Amino acid sequence: MRSDTPLSARPSLGLTLATIGGVLFLHVPLALIVLYAFSSEDKSYVFPPPSLTTQWFSVALDRVDVWNAVTLSVQVALSATALALILGTLAAGALARSKFFGRDAISLLLILPIALPGVVTGIALRSAYHSADVPFSFWTIVIGHATFCIVVVYNNAVARLRRLSPSLIEASMDLGANAFQTFFYVVLPQLGSALLAGALLAFALSFDEVIVTTFTAGQQTTLPIWMLQELIRPRQRPVTNVVAVFIIAMTFIPIVAAYWLSQRGDDDVRR
Amino acid sequence: MSGARVSTLNAGAQIGAGLGDRLSTYLLRRQYLLPLLLLIPPLLWFSVIYLGSLFTLLAQSFFRLDDFSGTIVYEIGLQNFVALLEPANLDVIRRSVVMATLVTITSVSIGFPLAYMMARYTRGTTKAILYVAVMLPLWSSYLVRLYAWKLLLAKEGAIAWLVTQLHFSWLLEAILSAPVVGGNSLSFSPLGTFVVFVYMWLPFVILPIQASIERIPPSLIEASADLGAHPRRTFWTVILPLAMPGIAAGSIFSFSLTLGDYIIPQVIGNSTLFIGQVVYRQQGIAGNLPFAAAFSIAPIIIIAIYLWLAKRKGAFDAL
Repeated sequence: MRSDTPLSARPSLGLTLATIGGVLFLHVPLALIVLYAFSSEDKSYVFPPPSLTTQWFSVALDRVDVWNAVTLSVQVALSATALALILGTLAAGALARSKFFGRDAISLLLILPIALPGVVTGIALRSAYHSADVPFSFWTIVIGHATFCIVVVYNNAVARLRRLSPSLIEASMDLGANAFQTFFYVVLPQLGSALLAGALLAFALSFDEVIVTTFTAGQQTTLPIWMLQELIRPRQRPVTNVVAVFIIAMTFIPIVAAYWLSQRGDDDVRR
Repeated sequence: MSGARVSTLNAGAQIGAGLGDRLSTYLLRRQYLLPLLLLIPPLLWFSVIYLGSLFTLLAQSFFRLDDFSGTIVYEIGLQNFVALLEPANLDVIRRSVVMATLVTITSVSIGFPLAYMMARYTRGTTKAILYVAVMLPLWSSYLVRLYAWKLLLAKEGAIAWLVTQLHFSWLLEAILSAPVVGGNSLSFSPLGTFVVFVYMWLPFVILPIQASIERIPPSLIEASADLGAHPRRTFWTVILPLAMPGIAAGSIFSFSLTLGDYIIPQVIGNSTLFIGQVVYRQQGIAGNLPFAAAFSIAPIIIIAIYLWLAKRKGAFDAL
């Protein structure tokens, strides 16, 4: 006999409340950061803020150390993203459709840098640089970042390639295009938005990375390292609040754009 | 498609007719060659830089630091691993594993209802909004999210304010004076560390669970109801077992991320050490790279065991 209350009718009150609670738990802390950027209090984290002001934004804009950190972080993120874009696309092209011995081992290898704790990747790179007598530089940071950014580009590209209809490629070949023409005129335009989405996520990931960076940066200060120093020993709370809002904006925009791009792109391929 | 692009294609075909075509034909005749050629650069990167580094790390763990000169002595020995078994170090490992386990159980308990709601009761715009609501914190700044909790948990911060407004200060004080979880204020207590860990990894747990619930065929759930099972029974005997791969996949993230983190307990919490902090301090302040290397092998082994257990639950099919 059929049970009286079918499961699929409507969510129970408890489930709805749990969902709302979960979403609030995830987002209230971030909203609070934005509020604190306008707080007039500069000696403590007092809540509620005694009064609101916009003066800290101009104070933060004049800070040379913040600007230097931002510049370094953007340069690192751009370089790491470029490297990840090339290597991730190549790996996706090689692994998307082919089946061969060791294929699973290779895809596991690609995921390893984000599956293992960052502290392991960080100290592994640090001890390799140490053993090879490589001094810390811009590129020691970039190499670390590119290693864990590759998988992001790879995941996006592989998902799109698997959805791409093989008949498109066959049609191109039948019409006389060679492999390179097929790649540039057929595959790449279809892959474009997935690669852009992957690149945006890789940028956000690199721009924000701190755990591996502390092991590979030496004396250099990226924005997350600047932020970490403030977290451990707060010295300029109002400036930190403003920087935090700036980082939220810098990462939110690429993430939402990447989501939008990959949704739209998948629809195009399916059509 | 525009005529311009077609004519470029033709022009390209004519120019490339010689070398390009011949190379293309050569590659297409040998199916295995193209993937192989594509694979060489990324594989080279990973084997030289990443595996090379991991191997150096492993090698380092067998060397030792000379106490007097502070330089690394390149003799192979097991002294670092013996030191790992000292009670103080075992304590650190045990504490980290307990924390990672508790964080994982809590994240799954909080994440499951949200994932369930997303997968079974929402569609269209609501689903997209919920999805973005979970994905945004996942990708957004780790440090900024941590900073938010420094603000929230501070003695003068929002949570303490709210508790006072609701006249629950006595409860907060009772919790803070409790032996293991308490501390000076929430931001200097292990309870605070725990809450922040849960907050940080929650989105990583939700998404794989949501994906695995989404894959459960509705017909199975209907069949269970048709056969007279109460919704609760359907949940425990049909939905939960089928969602297990997703739960296992999500738990990999919360477990491994907690086990390796050294920044959260440094910013929020008292002075008790976790694995990541010991590794960081040993290589940094103490300059003892070999011991730090040996210590970082511990989470690798624990995570390998965890991955093996998760694989048996089908976690890799749900990633």
